[in-house]
Amino acid sequence: MHMFKKFMALVLALVLAGPVAAQNGPLRLTITNGVIEPLPFAIPQFQAETAGSEALAADISRVVAEDLTGTGLFRQIPPSAFISQHASFSQPVAYADWRAINAQALVTGAVSVQGQQVFVKFRLYDVFSGNEMGEGLQFAGTTQGWRRMSHKVADEVYARITGEERYFDSRVIYVAESGPKDNRSKAIAIMDSDGAPSSIQYLTSGNSLVLAPRFSPTGDRVLYTSYESGSPRINVLDVASAVAQPVSTAPGEMSFSPRFSRDGTAVIYSLSSGGNTDIWRTDLLTGQHTRLTNAPSIETAPSYSPDGSQIVFESDRSGSPQLYVMTANGGEARRISFGEGRYGTPVWSPRGDLIAFTKQNAGRFHIGVMRTDGSEERLLSSASGSALDEGPTWSPNGRVVMFFRETLGANGGPSLYSVDVSGRNLRQIATGGFASDPSWGPLQR
Amino acid sequence: MRSLTKAALILLALSTAACTRPDRFADNGNSVDLNSAGAGFGGSASDPTSPAYFSQTVGDRVFFLVDQSTLTAEAMQVLDGQASWLLTNSDYLALIEGHADEQGTREYNLALGARRSNAVREYLVSKGVPDARIRTISYGKERPTAVCADESCYSVNRRAVTVISIGSIG
Repeated sequence: MHMFKKFMALVLALVLAGPVAAQNGPLRLTITNGVIEPLPFAIPQFQAETAGSEALAADISRVVAEDLTGTGLFRQIPPSAFISQHASFSQPVAYADWRAINAQALVTGAVSVQGQQVFVKFRLYDVFSGNEMGEGLQFAGTTQGWRRMSHKVADEVYARITGEERYFDSRVIYVAESGPKDNRSKAIAIMDSDGAPSSIQYLTSGNSLVLAPRFSPTGDRVLYTSYESGSPRINVLDVASAVAQPVSTAPGEMSFSPRFSRDGTAVIYSLSSGGNTDIWRTDLLTGQHTRLTNAPSIETAPSYSPDGSQIVFESDRSGSPQLYVMTANGGEARRISFGEGRYGTPVWSPRGDLIAFTKQNAGRFHIGVMRTDGSEERLLSSASGSALDEGPTWSPNGRVVMFFRETLGANGGPSLYSVDVSGRNLRQIATGGFASDPSWGPLQR
Repeated sequence: MRSLTKAALILLALSTAACTRPDRFADNGNSVDLNSAGAGFGGSASDPTSPAYFSQTVGDRVFFLVDQSTLTAEAMQVLDGQASWLLTNSDYLALIEGHADEQGTREYNLALGARRSNAVREYLVSKGVPDARIRTISYGKERPTAVCADESCYSVNRRAVTVISIGSIG
């Protein structure tokens, strides 16, 4: 009973519920805190239904498996352990064969290619109860977009077993860095959320310094700070065409740290004028500018709450950088960070319950989360932190936080990492080079 | 007690600035001089009207304490020299770059660099340099001159650099 209460209180971590082998009722991963025992699943290579689609079928089943195991919640049973290979997508499942190797979930699929079109079918089985979980689904797309179809299959499996919202079929925009540390070249890049190097596209040339890209709520546009004009200015980039244009912000020497409003029609950002930095809002439709803070201190890094009614930001009005919350129209702000050290780059969770932040204390950097009133602060990126962890961004379902970690010194540089909101499953995201300032986009449609 | 603390702070500021002159890093190839003049622009350092003289003899940069944008006594001395040089050489415009060390978030350091460059601008204007000849920019922590991960590098990265040019402000 006590355990159950604890489980209800700590909504933040993922774990398997129920005994592993002898389960009654449907297969389910539930959310709680504690030690994780990943759920074993089998995914026989998807069947190639048309000649020549074998390689694609192999790639798709591999990425589905990687998406699932990448969460730390699932463990793939190697095909070498399989008793049956489940050759045909339509034949009945031999549950006993999968129980014998202790697979709790079974994912089967089939791939067919017609010209540039590819169709992916899949089914999910609860092995121990001997039932199919949900209905079989088919996704259609282009051969070029095969990774997205893998993510969609993995999303369905993840959502059905955990009851969580989907998030694999989403993209991350970030800054790809190259060159020496004292003259770094930076370009905006976009990739699948699993960070496959083959999915990376570059959206700016790297000729001028660019910082901190931020996705629009629908993922069609990106705001970022560019030095192209000779001063830091906010640009908006159309993701599909990679065409960028400046945002007409309020007058001032420099504007930076932009984020979209939740409906994508306005931008909140920092504007420096006469050496003082405050937060402003510009309506992209009317061009109207509204000043949201008015203080001699530094006010920067604003982020909206999911309902758009509040803004969390960073300010040093108390003497050191701390986190504050104000209404979306500005005015009085209340401080929410009271732990030791300095706090920055707050970002509101898409679920609305948490704020992720960068924390600097005793020469170490941490990524952490706190409730929106500042209570229950927890550090995610390992207890000891690192020399430089910075810039958190949330997965669209609010379960995973991505950030960048920089190794210091002349040859050091940043890499992207993700961590479960429970603090488990810290992993580096492969980007094939230095990468910073990630912004996780919405689930694609 | 209070004035003692203040005195100690100033002493600290002086000693920090004194032991971290850019020359030290230029000597050992550990830094890139952002203001290094290209061929034909810098001129000879012995010519007092040359940009080379400005950056090397007058001093093109001042340093700051952690999180601070207050000018130290040493910084004011350098800026006095910059102001009189700019008043003498009235064809030149000044772009003041504010920089921060890497201890701090990107956004905060951009704002801190803006504060620093503005502190220099205000000081130069107070010494008679026309505001119209000065522009400011912040690079935050994007352009360190020294790349090690300790105070010996951080102290020279917390800087404001006055970049001079003829004509339009770069």
